[in-house]
Amino acid sequence: MEILMVGLALCAFFCLYRALQGPSISDRVISVDIMGIVFTCITALMAVRYKLPYLLDLSIIIAILSFVGTLALAKYMEGRHLDD
Amino acid sequence: MISVIGWIVIVIGVLFNLLGSLGLVRFPDLYNRMQAATKCVTVGTCGIMFGVFLLTGFSQTGIKALLCAFFVLTTMPVAAHALSRGSLIFGIKLWRETKIDKFGKDKFGKELIEGKDEETQA
Repeated sequence: MEILMVGLALCAFFCLYRALQGPSISDRVISVDIMGIVFTCITALMAVRYKLPYLLDLSIIIAILSFVGTLALAKYMEGRHLDD
Repeated sequence: MISVIGWIVIVIGVLFNLLGSLGLVRFPDLYNRMQAATKCVTVGTCGIMFGVFLLTGFSQTGIKALLCAFFVLTTMPVAAHALSRGSLIFGIKLWRETKIDKFGKDKFGKELIEGKDEETQA
């Protein structure tokens, strides 16, 4: 169980590298979104490991907030026209 | 027996997550990265949640995990599609070895492929 959690933490570090390094703004947005989904997975595994059912509420809330933030930034980028 | 199947599904989901995050680091273009990362992470997260459901059965944890899996399965492709369309309209160019770009040719009159003279930020 702990080995799986370490693997998911490695996923989160990959996403963090892309969020710090990414050339454009969309790279950072999608990296933070995927980092939120990976935190959802870690929280679900913690709920099984430590027998705490209310941690699944936390994972649903993280998923909803990540989705809303990504849609807001996508709408902001779409409404702005750059002529290059 | 059911718990063994649940563990196998969870391990497969973690492997999908690792491969998706590796694709997020290694691919050359924004759209390639978004494709790899979003699809693999969606399948991996649904696998982990379904494995948690198989481990705990119809309890409080299992029903919430199933709800979370359904929610991720419906909202993650919507977010990726909206973000890729927004970044195409925003003006982020495609990879320099892309063969064809019909969206840019229809909407803007020119293809949005990255030129040879610009430096590539891979």
